[in-house]
Amino acid sequence: MGVLYILVVISLILAIGFLLTFIWFIKSGQMEDDYTPSIRILFENNTNQKKNKL
Amino acid sequence: MSLETFYYDNRIVRNFSFAAVFWGAIGMLVGLIIAIQLYVPDLNLDLPWLTYGRIRALHTNAVIFAFVGNAMFAGVYYSLQRLLKTRMFSDVLSNIHFWGWQFIIVLAAITLPLGITSSKEYAELEWPIDIAITIIWVVFGWNMFGSILKTREKHLYVAIWFYIATFVTVAVLHIVNNLEIPVSLFKSYSVFAGVQDALVQWWYGHNAVAFFLTTPILGLMYYFVPKAANRPVYSYRLSIIHFWALIFLYIWAGPHHLLYTSLPDWAQSLGTVFSIMLIAPSWGGMINGLLTLRGVWDKVREDAVLKFFVVAITAYGMSTFEGPMLSLKNVNAIAHYTDWIPAHVHIGTLGWNGFLIFGMFYWIIPRIYQTKIYSKKLANIHFWIGTLGIIFWALPMYWAGFTQSLMWKEFTADGYLAYGNFLETVTQIIPMYITRSFGGLLYLIGVFIMIFNMRKTVKNADLLSNEAAEAPALVSEDITKSHKGEHWHRWIERRPIQMLVFSLLAILVGTLIELIPTMVIKDNVPTIASVKPYTPLELEGRDLYIREGCNACHSQMIRPFRSETERYGEYSKAGEFVYDHPHLWGSKRTGPDLHRIGKKYTHAWHFNHMYDPTMTSPGSIMPRYQWLFKDDLDVSLTEKKIVAMQKLGVPYDKGFEKEAVQNLQLQAKEIADELKIQLQDPVTEIDENKEIIALIAYMQRLGTDIKKEK
Repeated sequence: MGVLYILVVISLILAIGFLLTFIWFIKSGQMEDDYTPSIRILFENNTNQKKNKL
Repeated sequence: MSLETFYYDNRIVRNFSFAAVFWGAIGMLVGLIIAIQLYVPDLNLDLPWLTYGRIRALHTNAVIFAFVGNAMFAGVYYSLQRLLKTRMFSDVLSNIHFWGWQFIIVLAAITLPLGITSSKEYAELEWPIDIAITIIWVVFGWNMFGSILKTREKHLYVAIWFYIATFVTVAVLHIVNNLEIPVSLFKSYSVFAGVQDALVQWWYGHNAVAFFLTTPILGLMYYFVPKAANRPVYSYRLSIIHFWALIFLYIWAGPHHLLYTSLPDWAQSLGTVFSIMLIAPSWGGMINGLLTLRGVWDKVREDAVLKFFVVAITAYGMSTFEGPMLSLKNVNAIAHYTDWIPAHVHIGTLGWNGFLIFGMFYWIIPRIYQTKIYSKKLANIHFWIGTLGIIFWALPMYWAGFTQSLMWKEFTADGYLAYGNFLETVTQIIPMYITRSFGGLLYLIGVFIMIFNMRKTVKNADLLSNEAAEAPALVSEDITKSHKGEHWHRWIERRPIQMLVFSLLAILVGTLIELIPTMVIKDNVPTIASVKPYTPLELEGRDLYIREGCNACHSQMIRPFRSETERYGEYSKAGEFVYDHPHLWGSKRTGPDLHRIGKKYTHAWHFNHMYDPTMTSPGSIMPRYQWLFKDDLDVSLTEKKIVAMQKLGVPYDKGFEKEAVQNLQLQAKEIADELKIQLQDPVTEIDENKEIIALIAYMQRLGTDIKKEK
């Protein structure tokens, strides 16, 4: 069942990759604010001139 | 702080949306055809390329990769630009992505009905198309990460995290599961064999559900549900927990597709444990989606978009509860191989994927066309007819699943199987098959109503191809500032997320090249001495079995239950599959298991059965395979196939490849001679060069090696 090791290694690399991203997200402040992002997406600050460029 | 003006690309969103609807209608139509074929087998009109085994893969690939795939890209391209306050990174990449993906779909639609398939579920496409998929997927990732780099927002909204996880994981899964040795342009063999191949396949298969049908759709949910409800997501904090918990747990759940098989027990248990844990994040997501609608439930009454979303999220909740339950070994023992599984799957696909996508299109299309939907009433009719369709689809299949499983396991007081003839358990559920196809028809009618409604909506409206928007540029102390004039790799260093992705891919490629050939080949040392490689004729027969998609309806994996060993024979052992590149365990028993079919019947029985199944089994719903009796077996690749197998470690003698065709013809002659005697029919002509002879050779070999030992 050598393939198990391959899959475990790949899955671990993925999981560790996700973990490092997670730690980086925490450190970079991506998760500091857990309220305004949800509000922000509701505002579309489009310009009034909704016309095609060219 | 200066305000910058930029333009969102709506044309690409429109293109992906229309492509999704177009392919979706075709994919679902094929689904309806195969559903009807289960009770009207003649519907294939005796044409190979219209037969269930071949076009079932066409249905699954079309709805997953063409319908959900295109819809996912439409939603990602729409939301990503707005969340990042930027246009997509490159219009050229967007267009390559779009046309490349459509090209792949066309190739799939041609090759699958022709029987060009690797046989691995949801990864059936042959190796040249696999490579094309990889390239286009990288184009998608490049375009997405390029856009993320151009962001005008400091914060990446949670939907984007889901998109990133989707991109990374699907890339890895796709590459690993499709490692294969090409024999020709249209034929390859999986580098993995037997148990190992099955494990890789379902590690992929489950994660395809997780990272192609779930995470991207969740990303869309986190964007479009709040937008449509005009309410912030119920809890942004919960969405963060939901995301991280989900992606950590999902990767490990695959083995729950292989419970009670020859997979080592500990791997099965690992799959079960992680599957159970998945309830928590999945339900976190469902609750978060539904509670976003708090305070706007009155809108749900009128707004078809929200109605679609509510049912979609509810279906997500139901199937993510059912999934972990099905991963329990005692529940799985009942449900596996039955119609319960398609029922479970279709709650997820018709309900969760389909309805979220329909809702999303009803929301997006009028917006990018600066108009109102042509008919709200028709949208609501679509919703109701679609919902009815799901109910008529799923309920009969649950019923059929329970019924059939109970019949398989029923013993008489004397200890015999109560329904010893498998066919009895099939004819019993035909009314449910009929009802199910009615459900499918309703759902498809709903889609055509949507197409009509969309057509009317866009007819007299103008597409706003480039939608103007304004946002301030990011100020320079941000980590996301632009780095003009700096060395090219600076952006990677400052952007740990990109660095992670690239290093991850680099490590993976290295690992794969290092490990796979050595480990996999060494590992296939036979553990059962009497198990020998297939003869060239059997190997060709096996490739016919793959071409015709027999594994869509027949398993080759007998579980260690008395009800199965009584019916089929000795349970399947891992050591019996070491030369099976790829494995053909199957996942559904529309017909009986075939692992111990070898020598159970005469050649003549198989001959008659394949010519017309109702000759030997009155009432059978298996299609006729008469072209196998007309077409000569193609032996032009036989030598190359043996060489490929040798490369994979299958112990054919050195130089055997040269004698392979001769060996094949000898065995074919032998079988044809035996067949003549058995048939005792001077009228029927037996030609040893026909494909049917090879298929009989393979069938008669199946599961017999182990008997020689005794």
